[in-house]
Amino acid sequence: MPAVATLDSLLAAQTLWHAGRHPATTSDGEPTGHAALDDLLPQRGWPRRALTELLLPADGVGELALLMPTLARLGRDGGTLALIAPPYLPYAPAWQAAGIDLGVLHVIEAAPRDALWAFEQCLRSGACAAVVGWPRQADAQALRRLQVAADSGDCLGFILRDRKHAANPSPAALRLEHAGDGWRVRKCRGGPAPTRAFAPGMH
Amino acid sequence: MLWACIVLPQLALDAVLRRLPDPEAPLALASGPAQLRTLHAVNASAAQGGLRAGMRMAAAQALLPTLATVEYDPQAEARWQRFLAAWAYRHSSLVSAQWPGCIVLEVRASFRLLGPWPRIEARLREELATLGFVHRIAMAPTPRAARVLAGLQDGLSVSNPAAMQALLDRVPVRRAVLPGDSGERLQRMGIRDLRTLRELPRDSLRRRFGAELLPHLDRLYGNADDALTYYAPPDHFDARIELGFEVESHTALLFPLRRLIGDLCTCLSIRDGGVQRFVLRLEHEGRMQTDVEVGLLAAEREPAMLFEVTRNRLERTSIPKPVVAMRLLARELPAFVPASRDLFDVRAQQALPWPQLRERLRARLGDDAVHRIAPTGDPRPERAWRRVDGDDARIDTAPARPPRPTWLLPKPVPLRDARLRIVSGPERLESGWWDGEDARRDYYVLETSRGQCAWAFTLAGERDGWMLHGWFA
Repeated sequence: MPAVATLDSLLAAQTLWHAGRHPATTSDGEPTGHAALDDLLPQRGWPRRALTELLLPADGVGELALLMPTLARLGRDGGTLALIAPPYLPYAPAWQAAGIDLGVLHVIEAAPRDALWAFEQCLRSGACAAVVGWPRQADAQALRRLQVAADSGDCLGFILRDRKHAANPSPAALRLEHAGDGWRVRKCRGGPAPTRAFAPGMH
Repeated sequence: MLWACIVLPQLALDAVLRRLPDPEAPLALASGPAQLRTLHAVNASAAQGGLRAGMRMAAAQALLPTLATVEYDPQAEARWQRFLAAWAYRHSSLVSAQWPGCIVLEVRASFRLLGPWPRIEARLREELATLGFVHRIAMAPTPRAARVLAGLQDGLSVSNPAAMQALLDRVPVRRAVLPGDSGERLQRMGIRDLRTLRELPRDSLRRRFGAELLPHLDRLYGNADDALTYYAPPDHFDARIELGFEVESHTALLFPLRRLIGDLCTCLSIRDGGVQRFVLRLEHEGRMQTDVEVGLLAAEREPAMLFEVTRNRLERTSIPKPVVAMRLLARELPAFVPASRDLFDVRAQQALPWPQLRERLRARLGDDAVHRIAPTGDPRPERAWRRVDGDDARIDTAPARPPRPTWLLPKPVPLRDARLRIVSGPERLESGWWDGEDARRDYYVLETSRGQCAWAFTLAGERDGWMLHGWFA
């Protein structure tokens, strides 16, 4: 029965939200390395082949600490990591101390008008396991392109932006916003957004 | 060894004919000063009209008013001989173009790869015909014998040294390609063939005909080794395309560019090499030219990738004046090691390998845009890291130090915040006396009013005038 199979696969892909019923939690996400955060997310981790948006009140609130375990693990497995137009110098001793294999971490400097292009190229290429980007200007259409690129390149995409964009809709599969008490899920594909916040153990 | 000799009786003429739309029309190569123009070579239809090489131009035009003439270029002959040597190199690793108007190549070593002689011969003839060169081919155990036989009869082949000797003995001296004019002179002395020549006393032959004749005979018969100058494929690539019209748009340059890149990659695969650096030269009217430099981080030879990288660079170059010709120059053609790809690679099939993606990024963002980072041993925070360009550099492990921030500011900036909270510190840093960049600072980990975790320093011993140097992000 192909029709049923298609419906099943749609539900399994969790692109549909089955209203009124909690989705059977599957664990096909990419583990974040933070057990409490994994528990919060419907896929038990970062959505694969998708864009995750981190909304920040300011730089240096622990956004990299949130990503480090995942980046370190992907790098250890031989995946290529790319940073697109980072706002400061990634400080080699600290990244190494966080467990990142600096041999596979590539920093890509790009002017604001080229940053989105470079971001999309890296996501789409299939050459990278994870791409983290700080584009200055990105509208909904640009995010849509990035989301599609992450899907076709089978890549984990992380976009870090100012919190003021939280009010605008976004095609990202997962949106986390840093509030005073930690990270709040603003949107997640595959289920209603959990109300609890996630506060990682600070250093 | 067995040698094939390809004699090219009308090399200069063929070189002209192959670029003409109608090679059948009467055509002659002309040479000599303006008052004394003579025909250097004529094609078949001109010969039918009664024209012969050496004829005066005025006479030729009287006989055949429709005759087209092209200036004879002696250098072109040598150039095309080299071109054919490069072509022959595909069939044999020992190719020589040391004698004008012919190519010799060793073929026995190619038998196992390409099949027996008749098959190789057919293949050579077919390719030469496609290239548009009139030719005569012969094979013999010595290169000089092959050359003599090719001059005598097209398609002659002999592989047995004794049979070759018998055949050579009957060759008239005038047609034995002897050094200088000795063939003519011997003929006039009544010496008819090589057998008679070989029976003459060697000493008097040497006295009369110079030192060259006897070694030539020995090499011809295979009694002495023949050290040929072998062709070596060029170690650089230089190709030029004349556009024939003035081009001002990038798009119109892409087609010739694709052809140049294709030629380059063919050359690379023949050499089993790659290219890391090359120049695309756009030639304008007058002497002006624009160079588009392409530098890759690793040697490559993938046509699609090289085309894309070059295209990206070309499109970012402004064209100041119309382009009339394009030239591609690659001086260094280093060895090429294809990236090993795992048979059980889990990545998607259309996935682009990282080196190619990197070159695409560099082509658009600039050569310095993509790099890696590595820690260094320097205790001064701003020097405790370095950029790593390219693939090879080893990345060391940083010495153990108190926690360092993941973001470093390119330059410390004043940090003003009324509600700073000291989380930890100070860490006294006193260093750099040895190179004059003395640093004496106390580093603290601070929390700002917005919840950021900052890494800032003050002058040693002070608790004021915070300078922000990094963020614990």
